[in-house]
Amino acid sequence: MRYLPLTDPDRQEMLAAIGVDSIDALFADVPHQARLDGLLDLPRTMGELEVERAISAMASRNLAAGSVPLFIGGGAYRHHIPATVDHLIQRGEFLTSYTPYQPEISQGTLQYLFEFQTQVALLTGMEVANASLYDGATACAEAVMMANRLTRRGQAILSGGLHPHYREACETYARFVGFEVAAQAPAPSGGEDLAGLIGRDTSCVVVQNPDFFGEIRDYSEFAPICHEAGALLVVVVTEILSLGAIRPPGEMGADIVAAEGQSIGNALNFGGPHLGLFASRDKFVRQMPGRLVGETVDADGRRGWVLTLSTREQHIRRERATSNICTNSGLCALAFTIHLALLGETGLVRLARLNHAAAVRLAERLERIPGVQLLNQAFFNEFALRLPRPVAPVVEALAEKGVLAGIPISRLYPDRPALADVLLVAATEMVTEEDIDRLDRELREVLS
Amino acid sequence: MTTLRFTKDHEWVRLDGDLAVVGITDYAQSQLGDVVYVELPEIGRRVEQGKEAAVVESVKAASEVYAPVSGEVAEVNEALAADPAMVNDDPMGDGWFLKLRIKDPKELDGLMDEAAYKRLVEEQS
Repeated sequence: MRYLPLTDPDRQEMLAAIGVDSIDALFADVPHQARLDGLLDLPRTMGELEVERAISAMASRNLAAGSVPLFIGGGAYRHHIPATVDHLIQRGEFLTSYTPYQPEISQGTLQYLFEFQTQVALLTGMEVANASLYDGATACAEAVMMANRLTRRGQAILSGGLHPHYREACETYARFVGFEVAAQAPAPSGGEDLAGLIGRDTSCVVVQNPDFFGEIRDYSEFAPICHEAGALLVVVVTEILSLGAIRPPGEMGADIVAAEGQSIGNALNFGGPHLGLFASRDKFVRQMPGRLVGETVDADGRRGWVLTLSTREQHIRRERATSNICTNSGLCALAFTIHLALLGETGLVRLARLNHAAAVRLAERLERIPGVQLLNQAFFNEFALRLPRPVAPVVEALAEKGVLAGIPISRLYPDRPALADVLLVAATEMVTEEDIDRLDRELREVLS
Repeated sequence: MTTLRFTKDHEWVRLDGDLAVVGITDYAQSQLGDVVYVELPEIGRRVEQGKEAAVVESVKAASEVYAPVSGEVAEVNEALAADPAMVNDDPMGDGWFLKLRIKDPKELDGLMDEAAYKRLVEEQS
């Protein structure tokens, strides 16, 4: 097939039709300082070996997550990925991991997506899960919009424990789709009165568990309060592995669960591609966004799979669709499915325990450092510490020493000086005793 | 005497006391094919003439059902949740969608009677 690029007259004609003078005008929303003026200063030619050396030298200036003791979490967690996962996702049967346009001929893809949905539903304690969305943050925004449709109301209350990136994704959708978001202030020590905020126009309350500061809460008593007021409870989970150790949101009465599934089978991937998990109740399935695989039988009565309830979707419902999502995170979902199948229920619980044990050991050590205070009552593999001084320079100093100590909250909340001395620390099964010793020692030194 | 009227979007409306019963026509159900789901409004919702009042979903498509007249939803056909095929089997009877407490009976005057609707369907098919 020949590829026929556009001609200049083609471009002019299209620009004239939409009423802009130049292609650059289409990028007006991108801040100027983030745009590149002109070409990069690159030599015209260079040998492969030279390029490799130059790029490697540049890359080595990074402090890569896998190369040093790492305690960074905040919604993306470094876990072990068995070699089996990488091997299996590269099999020819899975070569095209895109959701198929002609679904019936891709029975293998549909089967694993069906299994993926089953795993997500079981893990979250919900009745139905879709074939995945882009990531946890967009899943969260989709959950809010689904609640708006179900309740015909237009205000979402976001807990201050919600990951700030998730809040921002909701606010972006809110601005352009047209609904209201009441985001609460971050409160690492809890004490939010969400029930008191629910009004007649509240479609849902969005909470995160464990919350952004790592705190685990039980929402069992809160769910009926939402329901009595005609609002839905959306529970966000940014560390899906936590559900190997704590009560799933479904058991707490959640109506919609929006989660990030990166932790199982997927690397950090520079912050994306990640894997949005989305689960809900049977009775709400018609308002769910995304693709959904169903089990059926063919003309001969044999088991098979189909994309089902597609009338919710954009290619059929056009502008009335439940969402503009018409794909999923296919490859990431496949890796998730394979890893979780390898772990099994027992393996998942064991892995979760290893994480919690590592975090507890770390917390116990760091808490003994003079002036350091643990802010959590109950946590899974991540917790918040109050340091005796602003955290950002401390984290920088530790990075200089080759330790990635965690996330200074000030980086995500630069406008809240009260949080400047709070550090978010995560420990997964990848953290060794030596890593813990190292952080303990170096942090003591930097603080002294 | 009951008044039966039709819209160009293939809804029917029948005056039953001060309530207007609304459904889709036999022609509409035959065009849609097997109905698998009906989304009905909540009681008390106000709908406006020509605006969406319900959604009917078949194996082929999902379509909006528009209110033939303005009014407040007084009753919905709960039985359709369990048995949406009633829309195919008896569109003008048991397959009704909703009952509206109408605002302005004059709105009915702008709609077609049975003979006019038959002509419309003949033209379209």
